[in-house]
Amino acid sequence: MNALIEQVRIGRRRAIAQLITQIENNDTAARSAIKALYSDTGKAHIIGITGPPGTGKSTLVNGIAKVIRKSDLRVGIIAVDPSSPFTGGALLGDRVRMRDLSGDVGIFIRSMASRGSLGGLARMTGNVVKLLDAAGYEVILVETVGAGQAEVDIASTAHTTMVVEAPGMGDEIQTIKAGILEIADLLVVNKADRPGSDRTVKALKAMLQMGQSRGYVDHHGKKISVKMSEKDRSDSSEHWQVPVLDTVATDGKGIEELVEVTFAHKTHLQKSGQWFQREKARCRQEIGQLLQTRYLAEIRARVPTTEREKLIVAVAERRIDPYSAVDELFAQTNYRD
Amino acid sequence: MEERIIRVLIAKPGLDGHDRGAKVVARALRDAGMEVIYTGLRQTPEMIVEAALQEDVNIIGLSVLSGAHMALTPRIFELLRLNDMEDVPVFIGGIIPNEDVPILKEMGVVEVFGPGTSTEIIIDSIKDTVLGERTD
Ligand SMILES: Nc1nc2c(ncn2[C@@H]2O[C@H](COP(=O)(O)OP(=O)(O)OP(=O)(O)O)[C@@H](O)[C@H]2O)c(=O)[nH]1
Ligand SMILES: [Mg+2]
Repeated sequence: MNALIEQVRIGRRRAIAQLITQIENNDTAARSAIKALYSDTGKAHIIGITGPPGTGKSTLVNGIAKVIRKSDLRVGIIAVDPSSPFTGGALLGDRVRMRDLSGDVGIFIRSMASRGSLGGLARMTGNVVKLLDAAGYEVILVETVGAGQAEVDIASTAHTTMVVEAPGMGDEIQTIKAGILEIADLLVVNKADRPGSDRTVKALKAMLQMGQSRGYVDHHGKKISVKMSEKDRSDSSEHWQVPVLDTVATDGKGIEELVEVTFAHKTHLQKSGQWFQREKARCRQEIGQLLQTRYLAEIRARVPTTEREKLIVAVAERRIDPYSAVDELFAQTNYRD
Repeated sequence: MEERIIRVLIAKPGLDGHDRGAKVVARALRDAGMEVIYTGLRQTPEMIVEAALQEDVNIIGLSVLSGAHMALTPRIFELLRLNDMEDVPVFIGGIIPNEDVPILKEMGVVEVFGPGTSTEIIIDSIKDTVLGERTD
């Protein structure tokens, strides 16, 4: 493992790929890898790409990566697809749309199966992001599962989250349901070559306005803006006007501009101090999750299965309530008193 | 908490534009609990080996209908060697003339599945190859 970590640090691609597998498969390996690499992380701009299935996320990732590569920045890509809840298997097909990127050693693409996670990412996606960051990829694009809703995990993983919609399909309504506007730093209407894209752009803009007048400001550690002029977009103002951009991912139209705005968002976060705020929000969430997992593991380790089973039966037979059962479990682990 | 999920790359080299067979196999492998990385049509040996490297797959499956297997397969093995990946097994499915099968196996192909091979046979063969050979 140590040899592997050294090779990851110097950017060896085979080692990166193998360490990702270990992180995905083995919590102990993930723990040692992240402990060793964490001080090398924090340099990458993490960009999330989310939105309903088939809106063109992968094709857009392909286009975005091509544009970014012109500036020589190395690009890491993580594309998440769902695992079957029945068999655990997964069909990971996002690479099909990224064939233009092959042969470029400045790009590393990894497909990840969600493995039972429901928030649009796999449980280990955040750690794979860290690994790519430590390996020297300066921009990391994360494509979520295209579930259309509940992909809120990406907002706490990425610095910049773009939500991709396509004309028609009644996405407008779905968007409100999913609460996905709250997580968007950028809205993209892809497939702008299709009829109805103007209408979708208008609908999204109108919804953003509504959101502003409702005034949800700090959701998932993120700020959603109040109104401001176009020219202030990239300066140090506190507020970020969520832009709505249209693209044709299949022929590259609008992607230069999309990348420009994405980088402007990064500048905005840095100048306004929100970059660190987001980092803190992400760390808070991550530590909360790790604590939960750790507590659970500790309790399992300290209280014999037979004891836990007795309590479960007692709750099922209504001899004790679930809260008291947990009090009992905590008492047995000596966490309290 | 050690998970062991077989990761398979299914690639379609060659110039013919038809991947129905490859997709059927890809879905069957998914339904057998594997993570299948599907890369689409017209993959060059370079693209295939690069994807296999980045995805750290346990095995590579090539779907060949175009008759280009005798030219493409040696190049794939050469690239695998160059990348220290000679431990990654390769199988081939598709239309392969009988007389080519021993030559492909000589090159290092672990198994050749003709048209109409049941997906169960392919699944079992992959499991045997991968789980039998894994040392980690
Ligand atoms: N007309 C048109 N088609 C597009 C455009 N962008 C992507 N497509 C097509 O839309 C289909 C889906 O594209 P993907 O990039 O796979 O979409 P996705 O959002 O990644 O899909 P999932 O990962 O399955 O959710 C493909 O057939 C693309 O070629 C576009 O701008 N215009
Ligand atoms: Mg996709």
